Amino acid sequence: MPINYYIFLSVCLFCIGIIGVLTRRNAIVIFMCIELMLNAVNLLLVAFSRMHHAAAQALDSASYAGAEAQIFVFFIMVVAAAEVTVGLAIIVMLYRNIHSVDINFLNRLKH
Amino acid sequence: MSMNGMITYGYLIPLLPLIGFLINGLGRNFLSKKMVGLIGSGVMVLAFAMSLIIFKQVSEVGFKTEVLFLFDFIKTAGLDIPFALQFDQLSTLFLLVITGIGSLIHIYSTAYMHEESSAHYARYFSYLNLFVFFMLILVLGSSYVTMFIGWEGVGLSSYLLIGFWFTNNNYNNAAKKAFVMNRIGDLGFLLAIFWMLAQFGSITYAGVFAKATTVPVSVITGITLLMFVGAMGKSAQIPLYTWLPDAMAGPTPVSALIHAATMVTAGIYMIARSNVLYSMAPFTQNVVAIIGITTALLAATIALKQNDIKKVLAYSTVSQLGLMFLALGVGAYTAGVFHVMTHAFFKALLFLGAGSVIHAMHHEQDIYKMGGLKKKLPITHLTFLIGCMAISGIPPFAGFFSKDEILTAALGKHVVYYILGVITSLMTAFYMFRMYFLTFHGNFRGTDQQFNHVHESPVAMTFPLIILALLSVVGGWIGIPAVFMENAHRLSDFLSPVYAMSHLQTELHLSHATELALMAGVLLLILVSIFSAMRLFAKSDLAEEHSSPLGKILANKWYIDELYDLVIVRPINHISSFFARIIDIKVIDGMVNGVGKLIHFSARQIRLIQSGQVGSYVLIMVISIILFFIFQMFWKI
Repeated sequence: MPINYYIFLSVCLFCIGIIGVLTRRNAIVIFMCIELMLNAVNLLLVAFSRMHHAAAQALDSASYAGAEAQIFVFFIMVVAAAEVTVGLAIIVMLYRNIHSVDINFLNRLKH
Repeated sequence: MSMNGMITYGYLIPLLPLIGFLINGLGRNFLSKKMVGLIGSGVMVLAFAMSLIIFKQVSEVGFKTEVLFLFDFIKTAGLDIPFALQFDQLSTLFLLVITGIGSLIHIYSTAYMHEESSAHYARYFSYLNLFVFFMLILVLGSSYVTMFIGWEGVGLSSYLLIGFWFTNNNYNNAAKKAFVMNRIGDLGFLLAIFWMLAQFGSITYAGVFAKATTVPVSVITGITLLMFVGAMGKSAQIPLYTWLPDAMAGPTPVSALIHAATMVTAGIYMIARSNVLYSMAPFTQNVVAIIGITTALLAATIALKQNDIKKVLAYSTVSQLGLMFLALGVGAYTAGVFHVMTHAFFKALLFLGAGSVIHAMHHEQDIYKMGGLKKKLPITHLTFLIGCMAISGIPPFAGFFSKDEILTAALGKHVVYYILGVITSLMTAFYMFRMYFLTFHGNFRGTDQQFNHVHESPVAMTFPLIILALLSVVGGWIGIPAVFMENAHRLSDFLSPVYAMSHLQTELHLSHATELALMAGVLLLILVSIFSAMRLFAKSDLAEEHSSPLGKILANKWYIDELYDLVIVRPINHISSFFARIIDIKVIDGMVNGVGKLIHFSARQIRLIQSGQVGSYVLIMVISIILFFIFQMFWKI
């Protein structure tokens, strides 16, 4: 399968994520959109990694070159998971304080 | 160069007045007047005694110029300016005049200034000592830079002393005028110094004169002209002379010391010192001579109609300085220096005599309010008369010999110089005797109360008068012309080593008969003008002078001050006020305030972007990133 499909899919996911972040007001939805963008990038990373690895193996079947990024994606997932716990905790605290998760109420830094 | 004798300790001569300045200046609040007077005059007398010893050494046969190195003033690669004192015939002659007359005037001042409170009395003496210190640095320095240090220093002391009675604002203005006018001249001198440094790489007299022949005449002409601008300021020549009459605001002994005997002759000293350069630049010499004779004439005409006793003397000083510059301009350096010396004697005498009169009259300076003081002030009267005869050029008084030498030299150059010089001398005799007769003869024209208070001055004031009167009689005898006695011009022989390097043109050799005839003719004319002054002003029933139009112009000093006011002062004031009102307030302030206003305004606009809405921040971020990508795509670095 050509790399173009992966890139197209990942750009689509990323744009959906951006539009979601920009248009939605619900903090949880925005949060999910951010995750979507993150995973679009992950997908791209895996796709490129696979492509480079295949090219390297064609020259030398014992080569592992290009495979590192696939490992790297797992790290990103772990870090993202940690980030989600923190983010969700913040949203929960938000809800407890203002009884809403609408980000348009979160403009108090201005004052 | 071997150092011997007293010259090794020559640095003490300027140091002594400096010590006097420090003691009197710092101790002004607790030293008694007696103590202050003793210190102030004591250091001067000591310095004079040392100068006498050094003079004796210098006047020995076979004496070679000695330079006493003190320390390096500026020493960098390619520039070496030592601070050193030079002892030769010219500097020691000035040394004697400065310390000698300086001592007498210090002694005189102890009595003249006795009305001052003790703090002001000490301030006066400290300034006077400071002046002498700088004047000695000026004449003793071995380079133009050292001379310039003294040059600026005497200007400062002159400013301080003219404005000594600083509660009177007119006096302050006179002090400022003197300072500013001197600064204009100083700029010329400073430029000359820079030019010499660039041209010769050295600024000591020896260094400059040795290389003088290696540069083109045009350069020498430029340097000497710039130096002469400095001399114009310091020695009160056209067009920078107007400060000197105003400088009479200072105490009278100050006028005698600074504005008659010493400081104003600094310009003469400078040119006589640089005779090597001036002799190479005939154009400059002509400029010097023309400026000199014009100043002499102009000042003499003004002096004819002045009624303030000190103003007459001030214009007379300007006029005599003009004659000295005439002498320098025609290459008769000895005559110029000779006249400096004799003029120092009789002009100091006249100023001190005038001070004695003013003192007796309780600060009345108008000669039309005096008269008949002959009996009340016998010593002052006699010494003043001697001074008048000396300045008028009556033999055998000092002025006769020096003035005659200048006139003879002028005749050798051009007959017009001679005629104008003679006219100046005639006017000099007339206005001096006008002043003399108005002051000492006729009836007293002041109030009775003033008349009863008139008294002869104390001995501290009459003693210097008597000494100076003696010098005014015999001072000229060191320069007796060949027409009276062969080889009797001792001053000329004494100073000849100073002029060894410049090739002076041989002076005109008149036959002795012609010279005597000219001398007798001039003398006769002088006697006639004195006689006419006596006819006009020695009367007992003196009517107020009826003012002719010319008389009015002369009394108003040719309106030169008004002219300067119109041509220079007012335009500068207008330009200043234009800059103050338009450029400063509108442009400069506008720019500074504009920057502040711009920031304020833009901050108010940009502030609105920070809405607090997270969404809008993210939107801006996204747009920025997209723009950044587009930018990167089309702008390959």
